[in-house]
Amino acid sequence: MLYNEPSPLETRVLTRRFGIPNAASIDVYLATEGYQAFLKAARMKPEEIIEEVKISNLRGRGGAGFPTGMKWSFVPRSSPKPKYIVVNGDEGEPGTCKDRVLIENDPHQLIEGVLIAGLAVDAHAGYVYIRGEYRYLIEALEKAIGEAYAKGWLGKNIQGTGFDFDLYAHTGAGSYECGEESALLESLEGKRGVPRIRPPFPAVVGAFQCPTVLNNVETYCAVPAILRDGGAAFAALGLPKAGGTKMTCLSGHVNKPGVYELPLGFPVMKMINEVGGGIRGGRKLKAMIPGGSSCPVLTAAECEGATMDYDSMAGRKTMLGSGGVIILDDQTCMVKAAMRLMRFYSHESCGWCIPCREGTTWLRKILVRFHEGGGTRTDIDLIGDIAKNMLGRTFCPLGDAAAMPTIAFVEKFREEFEDHLNGKPCPYENATHLVTA
Amino acid sequence: MTFSPELEARFEKLLTSYPPGRQRSALIPMLLYAQDEVGSVSDEVIDEVARRIGVTPLQVNEVLSYYTMLHRKPMGKYHVQVCTNISCLLNGGDKLWEHVCKRLDLGNKEVTEDGQISIEEVECMGACSWAPAIQVNYDFHHFVTPEKLDEILDGLRKKQ
Repeated sequence: MLYNEPSPLETRVLTRRFGIPNAASIDVYLATEGYQAFLKAARMKPEEIIEEVKISNLRGRGGAGFPTGMKWSFVPRSSPKPKYIVVNGDEGEPGTCKDRVLIENDPHQLIEGVLIAGLAVDAHAGYVYIRGEYRYLIEALEKAIGEAYAKGWLGKNIQGTGFDFDLYAHTGAGSYECGEESALLESLEGKRGVPRIRPPFPAVVGAFQCPTVLNNVETYCAVPAILRDGGAAFAALGLPKAGGTKMTCLSGHVNKPGVYELPLGFPVMKMINEVGGGIRGGRKLKAMIPGGSSCPVLTAAECEGATMDYDSMAGRKTMLGSGGVIILDDQTCMVKAAMRLMRFYSHESCGWCIPCREGTTWLRKILVRFHEGGGTRTDIDLIGDIAKNMLGRTFCPLGDAAAMPTIAFVEKFREEFEDHLNGKPCPYENATHLVTA
Repeated sequence: MTFSPELEARFEKLLTSYPPGRQRSALIPMLLYAQDEVGSVSDEVIDEVARRIGVTPLQVNEVLSYYTMLHRKPMGKYHVQVCTNISCLLNGGDKLWEHVCKRLDLGNKEVTEDGQISIEEVECMGACSWAPAIQVNYDFHHFVTPEKLDEILDGLRKKQ
């Protein structure tokens, strides 16, 4: 089901079946051009499939934004080892809730995307790693997988193409870190989710020490449309270097929070004011976290003229990330926001790399004390210093993910940190914004 | 140790879902599904899962301590999880958490005396656009207010 009304401003490619009764069933999927892209791909050479994905300018939708076609081309097809397709459905980045609606409302689109990836790299088995909290989605996906087997879209000699493929849903059990690709692979192998040292990258040594394509749910979900309508058509929906649409999760202080499919390059202010219905309670925009909590915050001034795409965000020293757009109004305490996020990162740090394990813990302690009114003037610089010393010093990006937004909070909202120095609890705390409407 | 036929069937499927010699991959799913049935990852569950997968109980312990959803002690029959991460916080998730603590007179991961309800402050659960959100066991509740939370808790009491 859908948890929010769609917006007329959406470009519905991945969400084209949303709202159709029984959209998740294989019958509706087949009746709406479902699995046709797979049949088309099965008649193509693997390199032609990869070329089509390259033409589409599809970039990884999990947060890093790596070009998908290029990633697929790194898989050594000639390797005698089996190859695997792994789907990252761990979706743990605060602010992000899009993979949930994609799996719930159109699971066969995901399955078809996985099958096409399988054709492209000569893989015959795949695993969909879904976070443990999404139990109902594991059930929904298992149902869809069962339907696909029953109708011959999974299993041996799929639809007479001679292509075999088995797909499995795999549950996680509570860990943000397992959304990081190498930690996810460790977890898939029944171990603690600690990152692997790279290189080698998963394309060469991934699941079960074999070549592996590992992409986000949304990335695979875009693949059927690319093969069906052509890479060029998908590319044309977005910008020259970033094709297609992006599932955008609007949350925070907007009138119409929700998950919306918007073309890459959509103007930020239009997204907030028209798609999101503006800031709640007639208040003003203070800041926006553009792509999940790991992305440095943008001030209202920085949002002006910005567009939702990789380059526009990079130009503002932040990231498009996973599409989790968090809107903060003018009554939000930024120290509290920074503190809460650091509590999260210190909870989720796997402890493998010392700068992350100790840095997040230290920062959490300082920020909690600071927010409660026990801060000192030197703390403000200390927070920035600790965070900067974590940057680039860990095996996986969790350390950076904790440090980057913290640095931005301190640099861009320093006066709010100064305001907390009067020895009293948060001066913003009595603002009414934290009480639900 | 024996489990229900449904869980046995699930275990059997899990143990054949991974490449040959890689049945350890079934470990985390097996622990979570066993917990759902038994109520916690007890010593017996650890020993049994270790035996079936062919690893030592120590290896199981090492893995399970990493994952926040795996509990060594039983939680309540209804485990109420309140998200207070950023998107929920901006919509009053922290107030919901205070509310449920007060109402049930419990702290984080504590269980009511009758073993029916437990509460936990959790990290982002992927309901950001419909915040604040809670989960009761695996069921999501979106746009939760303190009043709605009271209704949910009253409903759980009646279900017992």
